[in-house]
Amino acid sequence: MVRTYLLLAWTWLRASAQYPGSLIMMMLGSFAVNALDVAAIWVIFEHTESLGGFELAEVMFLYGTAGLSFALADMLFGNVDRLSQHIRSGDFDTMLIRPASAFTQMAVDRFGVHRFGRVTQAAVVLAIALPQLGLSWSRTWMIPLMVVCGLVIFAAIFTLGGAMQFLLTDAPEVANAFTYGGGTLTQYPLSIYGSELVKGVTFVVPLAFVNWQPALFVLDRDDPLGLPYWLRFASPLAAVALTTVAALAWRAGIRRYRSTGS
Amino acid sequence: MIEVDRVGRSFTVGRRRTRKTLHAVRDLSFTVEPGEFVGYLGPNGAGKSTTIKMLTGILAPTSGSIRVAGLDPTRRRTALARRIGVVFGQRTTLWWDLPLRDSFELIRYLYKVDQPDFRRRLAELTELLGLADFMTTPVRQLSLGQRMRGDITAALLHDPAVLVLDEPTIGLDVVSKAAMRDFLRRLNADRGTTVLLTTHDMGDIEKLCRRVMLIDHGSLAFDGTLDDLRATAPEGGSMEEVVARLYSG
Repeated sequence: MVRTYLLLAWTWLRASAQYPGSLIMMMLGSFAVNALDVAAIWVIFEHTESLGGFELAEVMFLYGTAGLSFALADMLFGNVDRLSQHIRSGDFDTMLIRPASAFTQMAVDRFGVHRFGRVTQAAVVLAIALPQLGLSWSRTWMIPLMVVCGLVIFAAIFTLGGAMQFLLTDAPEVANAFTYGGGTLTQYPLSIYGSELVKGVTFVVPLAFVNWQPALFVLDRDDPLGLPYWLRFASPLAAVALTTVAALAWRAGIRRYRSTGS
Repeated sequence: MIEVDRVGRSFTVGRRRTRKTLHAVRDLSFTVEPGEFVGYLGPNGAGKSTTIKMLTGILAPTSGSIRVAGLDPTRRRTALARRIGVVFGQRTTLWWDLPLRDSFELIRYLYKVDQPDFRRRLAELTELLGLADFMTTPVRQLSLGQRMRGDITAALLHDPAVLVLDEPTIGLDVVSKAAMRDFLRRLNADRGTTVLLTTHDMGDIEKLCRRVMLIDHGSLAFDGTLDDLRATAPEGGSMEEVVARLYSG
């Protein structure tokens, strides 16, 4: 599956090199958008010292870890939630007649350089934040783990969004609320949101495990909502649980697939 | 080679109050033996494409059972894909921006074809279908006739036991059409590949198919040899007229 993904990704990259003009414009565009994004965070902190009880470097840490997880998930699997387009155009039918997983083919479809943009931006923010936090090695081990768990959680949400489109071919936006909405929500300390919402994203859609709970451990902070301490280590559990749900939903979706006329 | 047993497929359409169930295919049964060349006819919306999609594992049937090359298409979709070839006349399975040769290399990997087998078959098909001139051209720049030849090659590189063709001659000029028919006939005669073909072109049927199945309103209206089909009309007439009579009846 990984080899198939890499081979197809390489194929799409070469295919996109067929349009050099578009390739250059895409890279420039992607760079400009991301530069603006970084500028926006900087503008916010020109005007405030802390956000939701967290200081600049800590907020940048939260932003960077969530951003990195989301950007990596979007780069690798984001296309899955464009399923309805592929269903309508009939492309999805041609994926189903090939001896490879439809999920892999969907995830990698039209892989291009534009997918790298946000990853760099998030990594830069994280790289700026980390030295300012003065973390000890007894806590930093959590950082790679939380980025990977976050990636898996977002990938599962993209998959759920895609699976939903087997039924709601006309309403891909419903899924976007959770994918891109979730991506934005986790970039800030959850303490700025109401406690009902935080409980929702802890126990229903487990977005709090992308970065919030493990970050409380890394930063050695008390939970503003006073949730149990062990939740800080529960990200892998949340990731596995959500992935299971997403995989089942995807399989159920394929079984209910209706194709198009013709 | 293909066993379809009391298969039905229905779709629910509309929302809430206007919801109703459409039976695209109902109680369909037939068997295709190895080496047969079968034409699958039917008016638009009769259930041809739905049948093809169920045979290839794209759609799951709502009732009944299907076996193609010994496998249940929905449960063993990827295993089945390695044993059958599928060509859609209306859309390509090739990679739009890649030269033909690169698409074939990808297919070799996806279908796990051995390098020597792959080279031999590709050389054979290149000669039979005259691909040499446009092997390095991106698929998007190919003419429809060239693209179809590329699609057929892609479907045959893994030497499938069954070839399923959904309107393979649609839009082709007379010369390309004749070449395509000639190729398919030889494939069936020389290699013994089982072929199931849907078409609206009676020429395809008369020149290629020993057996004809006709589907209408989701179930078989006729299944027999070409001569049996002609015999359904009292005073002869062209193939178009014979079939049109069956469609409306």
